[in-house]
Amino acid sequence: MSRTKRVLRAARVPILAVVTALLIGAILIILTDFDNLSRLGTDPVGAVLALIGGVVSGYGAMLTGAFGDPARILAAISSGSANDIATAIRPITETLVAATPLIFAGLGVAISFRGGMFNIGGDGQLILGALAATIVAIVLAGQVPPFIILVVSIIAATIAGGVWGFFPGFLKARTGAHEVITTIMLNYIAALVVYFALRSPEIRAAGSTSPVSKSLGPIVDVPTIIPLPGIRLDYGFVVALLMAVAVSALLFRTTKGFELRAAGFNLTAARYAGMSAGGSMMLAMALSGALAGMGGGFMVIGTVGQLSLDLSGGIGFTAIALALLAGLRPSGVVVAALLFGAMTNGGKLMGIQSGIPFDLLGFIMALVIMFVAAPGLIRSIWRIKVDKPAPELAVSVQPTASE
Amino acid sequence: MRLELRDITKQFPGVLANDRISIAADRGKVLGLLGENGAGKTTLMNILSGLYKPDSGQIFIDGEERVFGDPAAAIHAGVGMVHQHFMLVPVFDVVEAVALGAETVSGPFGTFDRAAARARIVELSERYRLEVDPDAKIESLPVGLRQRVEILKALYRHSDILVLDEPSAVLTPSETEELFGIIRSLTATGTTVVFITHKLNEVLEVADDIVVLRRGRVAGSANPKTTTRQELANLMVGRDVELIVPKGPANPGKIVLSLQGVKVRDDRLDMAVDGVDLEVRGGEIVAIAGVQGNGQTELVEAIVGLRQIDAGQMTIGDQHIERSSPRQVSDLGVAHIPEDRGRDGLIAHMSVAENYILDTYHREPYSKRGIFDRKAVRDGAAKGVKDFDIRTPSVDTSASSLSGGNQQKVVVAREFSVPVQLVVAAQPTRGLDVGSIEYIHRRIIEQRDAGAAILIVSTELDEVLAVGDRIAVMYDGKIVGILSGADATHENLGLLMGGATFGPGAAA
Repeated sequence: MSRTKRVLRAARVPILAVVTALLIGAILIILTDFDNLSRLGTDPVGAVLALIGGVVSGYGAMLTGAFGDPARILAAISSGSANDIATAIRPITETLVAATPLIFAGLGVAISFRGGMFNIGGDGQLILGALAATIVAIVLAGQVPPFIILVVSIIAATIAGGVWGFFPGFLKARTGAHEVITTIMLNYIAALVVYFALRSPEIRAAGSTSPVSKSLGPIVDVPTIIPLPGIRLDYGFVVALLMAVAVSALLFRTTKGFELRAAGFNLTAARYAGMSAGGSMMLAMALSGALAGMGGGFMVIGTVGQLSLDLSGGIGFTAIALALLAGLRPSGVVVAALLFGAMTNGGKLMGIQSGIPFDLLGFIMALVIMFVAAPGLIRSIWRIKVDKPAPELAVSVQPTASE
Repeated sequence: MRLELRDITKQFPGVLANDRISIAADRGKVLGLLGENGAGKTTLMNILSGLYKPDSGQIFIDGEERVFGDPAAAIHAGVGMVHQHFMLVPVFDVVEAVALGAETVSGPFGTFDRAAARARIVELSERYRLEVDPDAKIESLPVGLRQRVEILKALYRHSDILVLDEPSAVLTPSETEELFGIIRSLTATGTTVVFITHKLNEVLEVADDIVVLRRGRVAGSANPKTTTRQELANLMVGRDVELIVPKGPANPGKIVLSLQGVKVRDDRLDMAVDGVDLEVRGGEIVAIAGVQGNGQTELVEAIVGLRQIDAGQMTIGDQHIERSSPRQVSDLGVAHIPEDRGRDGLIAHMSVAENYILDTYHREPYSKRGIFDRKAVRDGAAKGVKDFDIRTPSVDTSASSLSGGNQQKVVVAREFSVPVQLVVAAQPTRGLDVGSIEYIHRRIIEQRDAGAAILIVSTELDEVLAVGDRIAVMYDGKIVGILSGADATHENLGLLMGGATFGPGAAA
């Protein structure tokens, strides 16, 4: 089977899960469109058309909100006005901005799952990374060039997240403490640590009554990719893509990644093969936390520019869903993060333009996750035949050694 | 009832699992269906039990054609199936487990009439001498009795044709004997039995007719009174196979593995290995015989570094290995074929290639400084696949889709892919068919002849007698006797395995 064919086959269920969720979302849009539903008796044709029109305009607004209006982008580019171009392409750059932390955290979750560890602690690792970056930025402010501050704070974020992930890995390897419990608890601890830190006058925004940090913008910023006003997309996105490549290489091209995957699939066989099972657990969790922490660093230094308690907004949990949607493949994580980013970003315009509540998106995303978790359901809805091999194959095929 | 299958054909993607198979079993007779793994036995029986629909062909019961759309139809027609893997609810008691899905109900609310069900189960159990306590919890029953509960389930549903799929795979030799007794009492009352197996002795003992399947076709049939093991084995494999691989005399060299006073505790911290002294020399095969659970597993785990020892000394060559990790032991040139390949020897969801390098992945040529050389991995695995005749579509195929024999070949190919001075093989041929057993034995003897020391642990006396140059019997954590291969017989080994100590060479 060719590589593309294999990828398509693997992507079939996730794609259909998204399609199914959108279809059910459409039904929900129709069922909540009471004005047009009440017209069904008097003007059935008109009402049906209006109902369908509601879905089309709602999803249309989501698409435009996520990717922009192509005609407008073309017009803006030909006009040459920086402001026009910025406004026209902002939807798509905002989608990428929304996707960036999801890529980081999603890769983290994928690594931990590959290593057989269920890391629920992405949120805590992310926000602790953000805290570390914030502290470094404030401490170094004005003492070294901004670029150095940027590098050091991102490294600090990565290490902080990594340590926060390593803990539960260590506890599991040494004492058998289940990582689901410990990571959930460490989420609370991380949030309280951040709350505590934000009480410090050194960190807290001067004169603010709510627990938020000083604005980091004047100290350090991640350079933006497109130098246009109001475009927040920065090199954090590029680093996220590089991390996807790095994670893929680690998992599939290195012996450490091999040990990690082996331990994830079958701990006893990994032990029999002479691998250190505990080492793999700790490595998987530390790397997982490091990626989430790095994502937190880029968020707080780059796109948000300020540490607050709700910085993460549940990214660590969304990351679990999208890592599963991605089948734990790094490339899939990028695609799934873009999809979730597009839906979150596009959903805002849908809410504004068509009056469909933003909550519908949460509903659709939850359905996507449910369908991905129940592939059998998707297969039966779409009548996909499972072509699993016959039991007890009597095959006698010569080994193929071709790439 | 008379059962007849005529020209059954079943095609799976890429495989013709059943190719115009015709078999027949008369009322009150046992039809032995013999074949290697992958010969199509299970597919055929799944067709008979209504799980699969044949692409073509007919099923006749008492001369009347039947079409089974689903398992319920097959049960209704009187066909009962006892699967290799039991389908019982552990927390149910026997009455509940047997009646499940076929409950007798009474009263306006359809209450389960337990008393009626229990009475019938007691009656069936007595009639066929199944000796099952109707009130025992399933989880408290040993495997042999659980199998009888499965048989009871079929009888409870008025099955006149009983299909047993590899029934002895999970049984001890004595439990198998008891099963044969039950089969005889079933046929005596007119039940027709289809007995699926790959074990030659069993069909010879219990079957009235034998049909041999090979690669989805009927390879031949035989009369158990006149045929021989050799003839059946040849039919199964399709060539002349050696049931006992010929080997020259051992040529023992210097001591490779030496155990002195080794004590090992099991997971419950009981003393599982209680002072074992054993030496294995290069160029000889020492087989450890014994009933499962007499410390063999723990002893092997201790040798390969997976289990701490409590006391004693262990050396390989002149290296002490009492505190060595599995990696350190493996690096001394020790091949380990683990007891449970599905759990310990293979990672089912990884590819053949990845499994092939599972314990050599960190060495050249497969990796350099932690980075894989993917071409070297694929080439290495392709060579292993070729050398060991592993039947797999490609080295990228997931190990889980291989047959048991081929999975074991992957393990053996991997372990023998590097130079070894000691081979520790636990149950190396458990669950394998004749052809694979021959192959694995041959490879192990090759290693011996190349000068490696071989330690084989097996509960199969046939295996121990076939390959052992010296045979040590383990009982209750101790070696209770060591016999030379020439002196060992089923009888004296059996006595030692039961705990008797006698004879020359019995070690402390």
